[in-house]
Amino acid sequence: MDAQYEPVIGLEVHAQLLTRSKMFCRCGTTYAGAAANTHICSVCAGFPGVLPVINEHAVELAIRVGLALNCDIAETSRFDRKHYPYPDLPKGYQVSQYDLPLASRGYVTVGNGDDCQQIGIVRVHMEEDTGRLLHRTAADGTVYSLVDLNRSGVPLLEIVSEPEIHSAARAREYVMKLRQILRYIGASSGNMEEGALRCDANVSVRPVGEQTLGAKVEIKNLNSFRMIDRAIQHEIGRQSQALANGGRIEQETRGWDEAAGITLAQRTKEYASDYRYFPEPDLPPLTVSEDRRKAVLGRLAELPDARRARFISQYGVTADDASVLTTARETADYFEAVLTHLGERVPARLAASWVTGELFRLLNRDSLPITETRVTPELLAELVGMVHTGEVNRGSGRMVLEEFYETGGSPRAIATERGLMQISDTDTLTPVVRTVLDNHERAVAEFRGGKQQVIGFLLGQVMKQTRGTADSGTVRTLLLRELSEEPTKGPVPH
Amino acid sequence: MRHEIQAPEGATVGDMRQLLDARELSSVELTEAYLERITALDERVRSFVTVTRDIALEHAADADRRMASGETGPLLGVPMALKDLLSTAGIATTCGSRILQGYHPPYDATVYARLRDAGAVLLGKLNMDEFAMGSSTENSALAITANPWDLATVPGGSSGGSAAAVAAGEAAFTLGSDTGGSVRQPASLCGVVGLKPTYGRVSRFGLIAFASSLDQIGPLTRTVEDSALVLSVIAGQDPLDSTSATVEVPDYHALLGEDLRGLRVGVPAEYFVEGTEPGVEAAVREGIAQLERLGAELVDVSLPSTGYALSTYYIIAPAEVSSNLSRYDGVKYGYRSADGADLIETYLSTRDQGFGAEVKRRIMVGTYALSSGYYDAYYLKAQKVRTLIKAEFDAAFERCDVIASPTSPSVAFKIGSRTADPLAMYLSDVFTIPASMAGIPAISVPCGFSDGLPVGMQLIGRAFDEATILRAAHAYERSTEWHMRRPELVWSAGG
Ligand SMILES: [Zn+2]
Repeated sequence: MDAQYEPVIGLEVHAQLLTRSKMFCRCGTTYAGAAANTHICSVCAGFPGVLPVINEHAVELAIRVGLALNCDIAETSRFDRKHYPYPDLPKGYQVSQYDLPLASRGYVTVGNGDDCQQIGIVRVHMEEDTGRLLHRTAADGTVYSLVDLNRSGVPLLEIVSEPEIHSAARAREYVMKLRQILRYIGASSGNMEEGALRCDANVSVRPVGEQTLGAKVEIKNLNSFRMIDRAIQHEIGRQSQALANGGRIEQETRGWDEAAGITLAQRTKEYASDYRYFPEPDLPPLTVSEDRRKAVLGRLAELPDARRARFISQYGVTADDASVLTTARETADYFEAVLTHLGERVPARLAASWVTGELFRLLNRDSLPITETRVTPELLAELVGMVHTGEVNRGSGRMVLEEFYETGGSPRAIATERGLMQISDTDTLTPVVRTVLDNHERAVAEFRGGKQQVIGFLLGQVMKQTRGTADSGTVRTLLLRELSEEPTKGPVPH
Repeated sequence: MRHEIQAPEGATVGDMRQLLDARELSSVELTEAYLERITALDERVRSFVTVTRDIALEHAADADRRMASGETGPLLGVPMALKDLLSTAGIATTCGSRILQGYHPPYDATVYARLRDAGAVLLGKLNMDEFAMGSSTENSALAITANPWDLATVPGGSSGGSAAAVAAGEAAFTLGSDTGGSVRQPASLCGVVGLKPTYGRVSRFGLIAFASSLDQIGPLTRTVEDSALVLSVIAGQDPLDSTSATVEVPDYHALLGEDLRGLRVGVPAEYFVEGTEPGVEAAVREGIAQLERLGAELVDVSLPSTGYALSTYYIIAPAEVSSNLSRYDGVKYGYRSADGADLIETYLSTRDQGFGAEVKRRIMVGTYALSSGYYDAYYLKAQKVRTLIKAEFDAAFERCDVIASPTSPSVAFKIGSRTADPLAMYLSDVFTIPASMAGIPAISVPCGFSDGLPVGMQLIGRAFDEATILRAAHAYERSTEWHMRRPELVWSAGG
């Protein structure tokens, strides 16, 4: 990017709400993978004479999102009709909210420490999703399209940010943070691959120091974090270069060509739609009383930032571990469940390191969500407790975890069965230590010659003999004792 | 009694209830008599666009079984018909438009479901102006309905088929829809009773929308008593219609009476102005005098914004039309033109060929009114005038309980006489539109004749106070004989 130019980015994020039924009818929302037009009715297919009935759960979730994004919740908001002709829109208009959105004037905090930024939320409004077109080519080469209305009428939120983002990385960070919050409060799956979260970016550049905004280019359908990153970066470069070459930026809509790695013009101004918004006469205004707002606020789950801070202050978890543990609500819930089973005696830091270290290594390897692992919080707590009391050492604990991660079963039973319980009994360990010293005369000689660090090698040999179950502290003590007792047999070889 | 069985046009819903409950005749017999009458008459009247003979006989047989098992109810076994914009599952519902050619709704309108629960028998679907836009039923793409009082004149509209069918004795009662007068004006022109309930009183679910903020379904009946009976069945909150009101539905029939002492009848100067046919004004003034004779007190009231109601209506209604009708694109149901080479062309030719001139005119006006840059000047301004009209009615109803006026400035006019002049046609609704804009109930009741054609008197009431206008209209009706007159032509043809 040319340093002379400053990018200004605003994002419009569409999130499908996690309701069981659609926004205005009773059709189910679990249409993923279903045959076309199997999740439709007269209402969401826009038949003549049908009327919408608002899904109260969608309203509840939308209020939750508004509150989680620190927005004002409008006591009276309104639905409007947004008109445009396209076969994926069975009524010829989309029920949306135009000049009186449900929530407005909020913010989201991204970044940490000095890099921390509050990004303003202009508005959060409710609307219905459209259907989908499937483009086909017949055997004779005729191109035709099929309409699938399964998605039609699924409740959506549109979350519009202020144009306060100045890099592609920050844009990506912002969407990740939004997704994290939406998931935390159970408002959206946030699944971008399935289209549950979609993003449009408004990008403009202006000479550094300039206050007025440049012409805005909208890039549509950025449906992965990678696309958000690449498309915005490319667009900033394209616009900066154009301006540097004395060109002008046209206000337009562009699409991202993933294969070519460039943005392409889609719609020019001449085709810009006049949506002819007007108040939806089939729905009364949406009123949210102060009591309802408070009730929703009371039910609102603890948000990620607050939870992270609490993990640090309440449990003494490191800042890094706290970030990892609160990335997803399920992980944070899991961690707190482990703590519940562990009780007060075991430091939470130890549990945190087991979750973020050993357990995550396995889950990441298998791309398994934490909610689906056999390692229940109770079992992990048992294992962490055993490590804490020294019944198994960390290395053995890892082996035990790997086993019950695969097969289930009790950590204690596995450790016992596999002989992995830690040996700290000197009677058991002394013979092993002696054998090791006998077999490594040269190392012993080196040690006695003053090379203290050889003790590590000898310790390793004992651990090897005991398949890692020996308590290293006890072994070290025994080694030092044995080495000091035996006299020097000869000169140190070189 | 047997004479009435052969000529059901003479019977009211109340009469039929007695005959059915006394087992003087069965619902099947009654239904057959109506079907016969439709066969004999409808070639000339053309109220029906679909006659559901088999379904009617099935419904009737079902009603007879229900009666045999001891069930009764005001509409059980009573044959009726519906304006062709009320969705009936599996039965063609055309809205009087080519664009819905071949369309069979997959679901029932709430009013139809309620009538079926009550045991009413569906005889068929009734002609109407395309998408309910018109005042003469001449805008139907399917047929031109004649006024049974003079076959060369229009029955009014847009529920012309619904009014003509009742006048011709082709159904015991019918349902129409009223957006700016579409129940009341044809009722007036056909000499029957037409009620537009309060907006929100009757569920609109399944009513193919014209202007959503104005549309209301209402009964067309022989008598006010019948209107009360039908309203009691179709009224009430519907979970499928978010704009339907939770206001309790009284027993309208029980609230009817013949004494109007203590009732204050407002007479608005703005409704008695130049442009109304002298015969119409004379009949309505005589009707109002009769109300006074029945004990009502007449009060002068003023509704100064009446003159703006019509032009305001012709902003709001078309705006909603342009939106409601955007779903008819030939993709999902109904007519699709084969002339389009691509999507846009298919849209354009489908809508060009599928819609008639009046519908297109209103789509264009409405699209313009909602366009960015014009919205504030037209739609928003019109909504403000609408608020003003409401406020004026509220003020008037502080001084009176009902407002009396002509329903239509004229009696039935000749077929074809106004089709070239949309503005003249729009004036047919000048007295009915204000109550629509205010969302308040109004009824048209026969109050005399002018040039041998029926005249209707409109009684407008407070929101959700249908009971009072029904009571006033009923008392009036019982004290006059206008509702007893039958159009000679169809009376003799059917007798
Ligand atoms: Zn549905």
